[in-house]
Amino acid sequence: MTDQSASAPLVVPAHRGLLGRFARRAEAVVLPLAALLVGIAVFSIFLLLQGKSPIQFFALTYQGAFGSAFSWQNTLSRTAPLLFAALCVALPARLGLVVIGGEGAIVLGGVAAGAAGVVFSQSIGLIAFPLMAACAMLVGGLWIGAVGALRYYRGVNETIASLLMAYIAIALMNHLVEGPLRDPESLNKPSTTPLPAQLRVGDIPGWEVHWGLAFGILACLLAWVLIEKTTWGFAARIAGGNMRAAQVQGLSVGRLIIGFTALGGALAGLAGFFEVAAVHGSANGSLAAGYGYTGILVAFLARHNPLAIIPVAILLAGFEASSGLIQRRMNLPAATVLVLQGFVFVSILMSDTLYGRFKMFAPERWRSA
Amino acid sequence: MPLTSFSRRKFLKGTAAFAGATSLPTFATADAHAPLTVGFIYVGPKDDFGYNQAHAEGAAAVKAMEGVIVVEEENVAETTDVQNSMESMINFDGAKLLFPTSFGYFNPHVLETAPKHPDVRFQHAAGLWTDGMPTNVGSYFGYIGMGQYLNGIAAGHATTTKKIGFVAAKPIPQVLLNINSFLLGARQVDPEITCQVIFTGEWSLAVKEAEATNALADAGCDVITCHVDGPKVVMETAAGRDCFVCGYHADQSPLAPEKYLTGAEWNWAGVYTGMVQTVLDGGTIDNFVRGGLADGFIKMSPLGPAVSDASRAQFEAVKAQIMAGGFAAIKGPLNDNAGNPLLTADKALVETDIALESMDYLVEGVIGSTS
Repeated sequence: MTDQSASAPLVVPAHRGLLGRFARRAEAVVLPLAALLVGIAVFSIFLLLQGKSPIQFFALTYQGAFGSAFSWQNTLSRTAPLLFAALCVALPARLGLVVIGGEGAIVLGGVAAGAAGVVFSQSIGLIAFPLMAACAMLVGGLWIGAVGALRYYRGVNETIASLLMAYIAIALMNHLVEGPLRDPESLNKPSTTPLPAQLRVGDIPGWEVHWGLAFGILACLLAWVLIEKTTWGFAARIAGGNMRAAQVQGLSVGRLIIGFTALGGALAGLAGFFEVAAVHGSANGSLAAGYGYTGILVAFLARHNPLAIIPVAILLAGFEASSGLIQRRMNLPAATVLVLQGFVFVSILMSDTLYGRFKMFAPERWRSA
Repeated sequence: MPLTSFSRRKFLKGTAAFAGATSLPTFATADAHAPLTVGFIYVGPKDDFGYNQAHAEGAAAVKAMEGVIVVEEENVAETTDVQNSMESMINFDGAKLLFPTSFGYFNPHVLETAPKHPDVRFQHAAGLWTDGMPTNVGSYFGYIGMGQYLNGIAAGHATTTKKIGFVAAKPIPQVLLNINSFLLGARQVDPEITCQVIFTGEWSLAVKEAEATNALADAGCDVITCHVDGPKVVMETAAGRDCFVCGYHADQSPLAPEKYLTGAEWNWAGVYTGMVQTVLDGGTIDNFVRGGLADGFIKMSPLGPAVSDASRAQFEAVKAQIMAGGFAAIKGPLNDNAGNPLLTADKALVETDIALESMDYLVEGVIGSTS
């Protein structure tokens, strides 16, 4: 998880001008794209071995994901939770932490939003929405913030802790929606009491996509500003580069770790809020839909850059949106898209070792060529 | 809504050249000779030896019909995923009849999608359609508790320890009815029999299903059945522990040929071909459909080699009573397993009784708790 800016010299040589700056920036775009293409190429071989046509596969992927207004709506409606889930991975990753348990914050955030909705069911949306969202963010933030605290105070590995805590979160959710928070009317699918109509988040006007998408994109933009344009973000990147050095510099690493993990968890909790308020209308077992895990792939593919998360989340949502069409037209099993995602993920991870190895991205080495 | 769907259609028309003939059926005017496209959506894999396989076998029967195109999707989550899958089948394949088969698809997903497509019929398994819901939505299900009652009779004859076991997913009415029916069937053979139940908490969680099965075997249960989405793990684990097994959802006899007594199976092939034929003939399917053994909604697996003659005789006799109609597995006097009275001696809940669909108790003789 080396920060891509860490290998670059702090002072950009001026004499290379625009071209040099362009080359330096290009590395962070060209390498992931190349890795994506390699992953797709390997997957195509896999398809050929199955006797299926890769060309048909990707034509259908385009048609099902981006080929029509309906396809775009299908893709974008799957994007919102991925944006939040990816931020839950990307924000701690800037500190060098690999948090993979965002799923836990999503499901508990959803339960918190559902429960809060019942409490505020007599209020109007303008008051209740912020309160429900705040409850979801608080619970999600505490859940993943606890992972950060365990890491900082007790040295517990945050990757393992967050993953295991996701299982605890799902068990806790099942207990709550099947026990204390269960609506007795929900017979065969235990759920919390349905939210009244005025507490349901609607669609963005003119689209059949709920508001979670707009807030997800906004969250990505704000996260980018936080990381790139504020002193906290700067401190986090220093700590991510070398935690010891950051401590020697007097940065309060503990606050950074707990703050960034809690913020990531809060955003994942917000994803749970939108799932409950915009999609399901109550909290139930369907909250554990695996968005937290797809979010990991999105964040790594985006190299933990919040701006890059937006197109990557749309791309992966598009893969999933086209999965049905591929099943129906090519008679391939549902797991095919998972295989594609797996190849791409491995390819992206391997490409991490290539940063700084290509002369064309390093203007200061051009003259010696 | 009219505005968005109008602009979407306009846009689709513009891109139809790319999308090819495949997306055209959406705009094609109703043509009596055009084939009917039927979509099936499953929550898990089609070959799970269980709930989804039972529906997929029904879809396969529909596929063999004249003038019908079947499209299928598996592993579709109970989220916006299923809404998108239904819309995709309508938009890209021109589906006019959909079978979203998982319970969790019903509310809100089917109920929210159906009003947008008044010309498409949504047939949902296990849902409870009530007045006021969209009229192009229907719900259907079968009285499979009766199958578990017959399972219980075969189990009652096979057990030597007088203890039988049940691996259950969640303490919801359908599952509780199955557990109670299984025990009450066994008690027709011997009123001393008890049934231990273990809830795994999830519809599909192989590791816990194996643990639960082993725990039941350790506790002395020698006949085991289950109600989880895919009974494969339970069947194989139980047979490996030398227990007899009773199947559920689909025929699991290939998994344990020697130990398989019988099984309560869905018979969706008959139900689905009937419903599709109704639509082909221009008729309307009822919004609320339920059926049992006599209606061909459920069937029993052929009795296995371990079933004794006495067992076979009682099994067939009770089956004939059920086929005759009006049979009640749940009848008084009956207490719950905490000793509270449920039904007095003059009360009986016949298989069609709607009260059974909100069951929240375990009957006397079941070892376990709903919470």
